[in-house]
Amino acid sequence: MCDTCGCNLTPGNRHLAFKPVAKGATAVSVLKGLLQKNDDQAGHNREHFDRRGILAINLMSSPGSGKTALLEATLTALKDEFTCAVIEGDLETENDAERIRAKGVQAHQIVTGTACHLDAHLVHDALHHMNLDGVDILFIENVGNLVCPASFDLGQHLNVTLLSTTEGDDKPAKYPVMFRAADAMLITKTDLLAVLDDFEPAKAESHLRDLANPAPVMRLSARKDLGMDAWLAWLRNELAAQRARVALGQSRRPAIQPDGQTYHAATA
Amino acid sequence: MHELAVAQALVEQVEDVIRQHHAVSASLIRVRIGPLAGVVPELLGSAFPLAAAGSRMEHAVLDLVTAPIKVRCQTCGAETEAAMNRLVCGACGDWHTQVISGDELLLESVELETVPT
Repeated sequence: MCDTCGCNLTPGNRHLAFKPVAKGATAVSVLKGLLQKNDDQAGHNREHFDRRGILAINLMSSPGSGKTALLEATLTALKDEFTCAVIEGDLETENDAERIRAKGVQAHQIVTGTACHLDAHLVHDALHHMNLDGVDILFIENVGNLVCPASFDLGQHLNVTLLSTTEGDDKPAKYPVMFRAADAMLITKTDLLAVLDDFEPAKAESHLRDLANPAPVMRLSARKDLGMDAWLAWLRNELAAQRARVALGQSRRPAIQPDGQTYHAATA
Repeated sequence: MHELAVAQALVEQVEDVIRQHHAVSASLIRVRIGPLAGVVPELLGSAFPLAAAGSRMEHAVLDLVTAPIKVRCQTCGAETEAAMNRLVCGACGDWHTQVISGDELLLESVELETVPT
C-alpha cells in the first residue's frame, strides 16, 4: 500500500519528504493519503468481492440521470444469465431499493441522511446485510452527485459514470474529477436527442478525452431499449475479465487509482 | 461538502502520528492537495477546526500546499503543466497523458511538540 512503500512520492513532493527539526519539537514526514482509512476499508471490501469472484461496479452521476432506470433495464436483461445484487445510496427513502426488489433482485438501501457520498465503511456495513452467495455482479448506485463520490474508493473494480442528454455535453469539463474517474461513460436518455438541440454526444466524448480518459463511451436509452446491447456486452466482457483476474489471484482498482501503482513499479 | 469527512480523516491520521511518536501535541500539519483530488483547500481549512476541536491538534496550524497539475505525454514524452479540465499534452496536444502531479491528497508532514509547554 502507498503508506508503506512511499509510492505517493511524486516529483512534485519528493523534496518535502524530510523536514528540518525545530527546537523542542519533532518534524515527522508522513506522506500518507488523507483518506487512508477509507482506502484500507475499500481494499478489504475488494478482497471480499475477489474471494467470491464478484465484479463490483460503482454507478455515479448527477441526480435524475437515470441510474435506477438503467439498473432496472439491465437486471431484466441479465436475469437468466447472471445473479446480480444492488446497493443503493440515497439521502432518504427506500424507493430505489424497492424498485430493484420489484425486479426480483436483492437490494440493500443505504440511507446516508445528509452525507453526500458513499464511503467504504458504509458499503462494508451494507455487505453484512446481504447474501453474496452466488452473486456475479454487484452494482453500487452511489448518491446522485457529480462532486463528492469521486473522491471515495468503495472497493469497486470499475466506475461507470452516466451523463444524460438533458444535462449538458460539457459536464465532463465542468466536473473533471468525476469524469476522470470513469472506466466507462454512458450517455443516457438518447431517445430525447431528437427533441433536444443542444446536446452533442461527440462533444461530450471530446470533453472526456480532454481529461486524458480513454474510457469507452456508450450511448443508450434504458427506457426505450436503445443501445443497451453494447452496455450489456461491456458488462459480460468485464465480468469475464474479473473472473480471469481472480483465477490469477489479481484484482483491479478503478481507473483513477493506478497512478500511484505505476509510480511504485517505476521506482521499485 | 465532503470536506468535513476529509477533515475527520485527517484528524484521525494525525492522532495516529502523535501516538506513534509519543508526542504531546501537533503544532503544524502540512497537507498537499492537488486540484484533481476533488477537495477544496479553503473548505478543508474551515472544516478542520470543527474536526480538531478538543483534540491534541486543536491549536495546530494547518498548512495547505497546492500541488500544480502536471501531465506526462505518453506519445511525445513531454512533461507539461495542464488545466484541470484539459489534461492534454502542452507540447503536442495529445490526450494520451498521465497525471504525475495534481491529484494528490496527502498528509505530508506533521510537527510535533515533544515536551509539554
